[in-house]
Amino acid sequence: MAQELQTTDRQVPNTLDGSERTRSRQVFVPRADIYETQDQVVLLVDMPGVASDGVDITLEKRTLAIRGYATEQPREHYRQIYAEYGAGDYERVFTLSEDIDREGIEASQKDGVLRLLLPKAAPAKARKIELKTA
Amino acid sequence: MLLSEFGRIGFDPFLEMRRMQQEVNQRLGGLRTSTAQEFPPVNLWLGENSVALTAELPGIAPDDVDLTVRENTLTLKGERKAQDETSVWHRRERPNGRFSRTVQLPFRVDPEQVEARFANGLLEVELHRPESDRPRKIQIKG
Repeated sequence: MAQELQTTDRQVPNTLDGSERTRSRQVFVPRADIYETQDQVVLLVDMPGVASDGVDITLEKRTLAIRGYATEQPREHYRQIYAEYGAGDYERVFTLSEDIDREGIEASQKDGVLRLLLPKAAPAKARKIELKTA
Repeated sequence: MLLSEFGRIGFDPFLEMRRMQQEVNQRLGGLRTSTAQEFPPVNLWLGENSVALTAELPGIAPDDVDLTVRENTLTLKGERKAQDETSVWHRRERPNGRFSRTVQLPFRVDPEQVEARFANGLLEVELHRPESDRPRKIQIKG
């Protein structure tokens, strides 16, 4: 019953398609929440520092790739003295189950969180096959 | 090093196991601190007479963050609300709930001169050193 939504676990993002990125920035795997309601699957992805125009979502067959490009913030006259997080881009890839209505996917980015709504496709109608009697 | 110990006290498998365990613990110990971090993670930047703090607070509205400055400490407080829709969870990686963090700054700051900005889930607080505390250059009379 539960819709299958799997991730390619902690894959090194820049080798997903066997190629290398041209920008030499750190790439992080963003934290994500995935939950399911009656008629949709909701994905929440934390991408702090990414504006709404820096989000790139591609869906190819059943592979949903989420990329976030953080806006660079140059800090003049300041030097870093303590660090707990690094600035960089985000990449994560999920494999969707087939029963998602791919036309109705909605995405919004607010306060550094990407919200993706994946509506469930109408369940395929069971077809009864009549036997012809010869 | 191992060989010389064999020669002296004979082969002790338990000693070897303990040593291996210690070695593994040391390596994993380092790993743990880097993954299980406090929320929110902060970075500190030092300017000439100011200090800037940046914090990753995705999904939190600017009004939901409480900033308090006292002497040389800055406290961030707030709450990240959990999802209340009835739902089936597939993954739950994002932290939620109340948070509070006090960060010690390298010097006393002027509570009147604090600027805070919030954009795309990144909080930036700029704090200045009070005029009276600034280092003064002393001229040497020749």
